[in-house]
Amino acid sequence: MVGARHGENTRGLLRLATAGSVDDGKSTLVGRLLHDTKSVLADQLDAVTRASADRGLATPDLSLLVDGLRAEREQGITIDVAYRYFATPRRTFVLADTPGHVQYTRNTVTGMSTAQLAVLLVDARRGLLEQTRRHAAVAALLGVPHLVLAVNKIDLVGYDQGTYESIAKDFATHASALGYPAGRVRSVPVSALVGDNVARPSTATPWYAGPTLLELLETTPVATDHRDAPFRFPVQYVIRPRTPEHPDYRGYAGQVAAGTVRPGDRVTVSPAGLTSTVARIDTADGPLPHAVPGQSVTLVLGDDLDIGRGDLIAGATSAPTPREELDAVLCWLADRPLRPGTRLLVKHGTRTVPAIVTELAARFDEQRLGSSPAPDLLELNDIGRVRIRCAQALPVDDYADSHRTGAFLLIDPADGTTAAAGLVGRPLPVIPDGDGPAGSSPGPLGHDA
Amino acid sequence: MGNVTPHTPPQHSPSPPMVAVAPPVGSEADPLSTLDALESESIHVLREAAGEFDRPVILFSGGKDSTLLVWLAIKAFWPAPVPFPLLHVDTGHNFPEVLEFRDRLVAEHGLRLVVAEVEHWLADGRLVERPDGTRNPLQTVPLLDSIAEHRFDAVFGGGRRDEERARAKERVFSPRDSFGQWEPRRQRPELWNLYNGRHQPGEHVRVFPLSNWTELDVWAYIAREGVPLPSLYFAHEREVFARDGMLLTSGPWGGPRDGEAVRRATVRYRTVGDGSCTGAVESTASTVDEVIDEVAASRLTERGATRADDRLSEAAMEDRKREGYF
Repeated sequence: MVGARHGENTRGLLRLATAGSVDDGKSTLVGRLLHDTKSVLADQLDAVTRASADRGLATPDLSLLVDGLRAEREQGITIDVAYRYFATPRRTFVLADTPGHVQYTRNTVTGMSTAQLAVLLVDARRGLLEQTRRHAAVAALLGVPHLVLAVNKIDLVGYDQGTYESIAKDFATHASALGYPAGRVRSVPVSALVGDNVARPSTATPWYAGPTLLELLETTPVATDHRDAPFRFPVQYVIRPRTPEHPDYRGYAGQVAAGTVRPGDRVTVSPAGLTSTVARIDTADGPLPHAVPGQSVTLVLGDDLDIGRGDLIAGATSAPTPREELDAVLCWLADRPLRPGTRLLVKHGTRTVPAIVTELAARFDEQRLGSSPAPDLLELNDIGRVRIRCAQALPVDDYADSHRTGAFLLIDPADGTTAAAGLVGRPLPVIPDGDGPAGSSPGPLGHDA
Repeated sequence: MGNVTPHTPPQHSPSPPMVAVAPPVGSEADPLSTLDALESESIHVLREAAGEFDRPVILFSGGKDSTLLVWLAIKAFWPAPVPFPLLHVDTGHNFPEVLEFRDRLVAEHGLRLVVAEVEHWLADGRLVERPDGTRNPLQTVPLLDSIAEHRFDAVFGGGRRDEERARAKERVFSPRDSFGQWEPRRQRPELWNLYNGRHQPGEHVRVFPLSNWTELDVWAYIAREGVPLPSLYFAHEREVFARDGMLLTSGPWGGPRDGEAVRRATVRYRTVGDGSCTGAVESTASTVDEVIDEVAASRLTERGATRADDRLSEAAMEDRKREGYF
């Protein structure tokens, strides 16, 4: 099965994240997915079988396949994001396995920031928990296009249809309030321990006619990247060989963040506002007729401009207006709370500038989907709306329009830690200004098409 | 042993191919293929580090992953030369084929090479030989000393997350303190493709551009691009003896002990490291395509099959990473 990764049936790559609460059996589920797709090799399984036996277990504890850190195995919990790779004949998967414990929510944010689909896990005996609602809100905020709820340990409730349906309904209601259209939210009853409906349909759930979890992962349509969006290209590095073969070569290296570029396109360079024409799209393998999001290329322009790392090359007719004041939503990830007036660094694209958080506008309550206005501070794992003043204008987009150019980091200049994930604009329709519960008309997410 | 690379993929040396026709990437309708997506992601990481740091360096072992890293660096900065050197920690137990390959690669591509010889650290007493004779664990001190001496602030490694459970939790940009230590609980959140390279003076950041590649991706890409490799990776005849379920070979690091019988076998290496603890596997795969078939069918991981250093304990890799190992 491993070989399928490069077969003719490769339909690109699905990036997914898994999240759940403590003891939902998430590591077991991921272990089960790896095991049942034959992604676990004999020596890994031997090691798990041996370690399980050492712990007095009769059957291999599949969670040991993924809990890689000493502390994780000792405590039987997942602490950090782990990345897993597996493939079926239909698709290749990069799975970010994120921890459930509330103190590690920042790792859930990490895993979800690049995910195209999130699998949220609940224990059928306990139903939706605070953490489930929180993870769904984080997924919605970061614009993860598809949600799958895995109702685990269905064997422990006697494969009871009513239990499953009640949990699935609760979840659909919550997801809908977060702005997810019904077609993007699925549920499946599973037992990761036994394998029911993970990779194999279960005979114990005759009332469930839907796909297995793996089938869902294989068949969920993945929205294509933003190649019809306005062109965005943060300049990473200026390539100037100054060698005898290339004395005058000057190219701008970067990865296309959004849109498509072709030779002849008119472009604007932000923040200076200069315009030029794309003369060539270079790679070491030769020039390209066009480049799309995700491709690393080098642009050669028709004019000799002063462009450096941190500048943004954008389509001339659709270039963003650089802004010094940002309205943004933050996931606060630092232990130290955020207060108004805090000085930080904003890293946007390839540019890092000093900034001040001038105002805390609202703190989001992901349980009630409401918010409280003008909080005194944002604490670890809080989601809030803020106003930021930057030392230099940044060519940002709304996150809803373009993830790559609407996202930024807040970095603590004192210790260099990443203090927050920032999203320009109002990526969640249910995050109001702070005048009480929202939910009057939660529109579609709108930022994942 | 023959020194000639036994496979003959399309050779594009001395520099990555400049061909008239672009590779079939990014056609209007199709998403990027897995290999194209991985290549672009790695090049993005290499350029990001080159843009953010003053003195990056590529850790080079002569193995396929660090060779791939060099290949991608050449492509990332083309047509300019690679803007940083390679650092090789030479245990003195390297396979001669690997050293020869290293020197040829460096010469052909005009690269700069810094070598830290473990022998020097042994000679002046900063390190002492271990009773078991293996020098893999001795690499950490020369590595950290060299990073400090040359003031390297970003150190590219060829580590992949699919290699091992502890590596699966590694970030792409991974800050280390001045002791080179990795603290898994204090890892920075790594969001979108925005990498945070902030560090204090004396600290450095390990950067892993190949994080999301699997062993099979590496081989498929090597086949596609014709990346040159040391001949050890392909089937050849060699005298070997069995120890701890691995096929070891004699060299400056020692030979068979009492009762370990030497025989001639057709073998190849799945990883290339210190000769004292890197084992060969019996194999007749003499071309890249045959290696890919073998890897796809294998029931053992590459490190599990052939690396004694990873078998020390359940958390062997985590412990060595914490100490500043690669």
